[in-house]
Amino acid sequence: MLRIPCPHCGPRDEAEFSYRGDATVTRPGPEDGIEAFHGYLYERRNPRGWQVEWWQHGAGCRAFLKVLRHTVTHEIRAVATATEALEVPEA
Amino acid sequence: MPRYSGFRILAEGLRGNSGWQPAWRKPAPKSSYDVVVVGGGGHGLATAFYLAEVHGIRNVAVLEKGPIGHGNTGRNTTIVRSNYLLPENNNFYEHSLKLWEGLEQSLGYNVMMSQRGVINLFHNDAQRNAALRRGNSMRLNGIDAEILDRDGVKAMCPLVDLDNGRYPVMGGLLQRRGGTARHDAVAWGFAHAADARGVDIIEHCEVTGMIVEGGAIQGVRTTRGEIRAPKVGLAVAGHTSTLTDMAGFRVPIETHLLQAFVSEGLKPLIDCVVTFGAGHFYISQSDKGGLVFGGGLDGYPSYGQRGTLPEAEHVYAAGISMIPALGRLRGLRSWAGVMDMTPDGSPYICKTPVRGLYMTAGWCYGGFKATPGSGWCHAWTIAKDEPHRLNAAHTLDRFREGRMLDERGNGPFFWAQ
Repeated sequence: MLRIPCPHCGPRDEAEFSYRGDATVTRPGPEDGIEAFHGYLYERRNPRGWQVEWWQHGAGCRAFLKVLRHTVTHEIRAVATATEALEVPEA
Repeated sequence: MPRYSGFRILAEGLRGNSGWQPAWRKPAPKSSYDVVVVGGGGHGLATAFYLAEVHGIRNVAVLEKGPIGHGNTGRNTTIVRSNYLLPENNNFYEHSLKLWEGLEQSLGYNVMMSQRGVINLFHNDAQRNAALRRGNSMRLNGIDAEILDRDGVKAMCPLVDLDNGRYPVMGGLLQRRGGTARHDAVAWGFAHAADARGVDIIEHCEVTGMIVEGGAIQGVRTTRGEIRAPKVGLAVAGHTSTLTDMAGFRVPIETHLLQAFVSEGLKPLIDCVVTFGAGHFYISQSDKGGLVFGGGLDGYPSYGQRGTLPEAEHVYAAGISMIPALGRLRGLRSWAGVMDMTPDGSPYICKTPVRGLYMTAGWCYGGFKATPGSGWCHAWTIAKDEPHRLNAAHTLDRFREGRMLDERGNGPFFWAQ
């Protein structure tokens, strides 16, 4: 069971949230071409380790949050709001 | 090499079972091979078997980081079927099902293939129409499909709650040739048969790097030394992107958890495979007596091989909605596999941007039933350096080209397939 410390609502059960993808991906500009959009939409880093990802707190504040989570241990190290910076640690 | 037969069992029984030999050798890796297959699960072993059997390529190594068959091959719900909508998929899976039907004779090994029938229940008009469309698509491609009404469902699986207050059952789509097989025996059978044809199965040998020179694969670095090969095939399920990172390119794969469950052992209760239409749930009964069932993904990427409780609760709830009698049972074990999920729910059996590097990956929920077909098509692609017509559409480039194989029409959400 994941427990996600929501910055607005406090620690909550994973069942209140929906995973919404890798938060380090940014949408290409309109003139960046098909390869940039293909990479954006389909190709994945899919790390075995730390990942910054979007989770939406649908059953709480409804905000999109950035969560730093480890994809093997499931440890959640940090949670931030959508506009705050959250870096993936080295190794 | 040992051969397995009823006579042999009788003879060994009289001799105190002293004559059995290991089913495959434990060779040390050589410094080079014609083909290296990474991944000693069902798909990798099947690739090696068909390379040797169909294409005469016997100087092959299968590299496995642990013991064989300890990944998803030993972690699935053992269901075999070919009830897909899109011709590219149902033709491929039907080829795989035909290989299953003759697999025990091909391998000389009992994989306990049991064509006990697979029923997908439907609960409303729209689901019935979708089931009819899928069944018709199957029949147009020469695959067996039948529509059952309520009485037909009741006759095949009397425990299903037809009059569920929220989701009454209208009927089901039945594929009688679908069923189950013994998952471990599939890995052992392919390992035994590939080994007997000269393939080296090298366990406890983890790939740590890919040797790529001038855009072409030259071999792999492993925990047991460097192994050179002009052709390398990947069959590593959820860890595909870990290996393609080493080779220098990204793939449309996310790694997700899928849980499965088994109950305490029971007398015969469910003699077919049944799937629920109003929640993600599927169930069958193993020959040992345990009910084997599973549901959907946990919903977030993970390499953890263990799931969490919200999905377990959903699976149990959906099961009890479909078959209320399950409410009295105790769960025995649960586990999770790491799935290689793709944006359209369909797999890749293809060449890659690196010359000489091939892959069978992106199996989502459907890897076990595809085992022989995946190995057969992967072996063909490796041997001929071009895809067979059955896997010509299952490329990495299909999204760039707008040729998605979107079986369910979910859009590019890996975790929603």
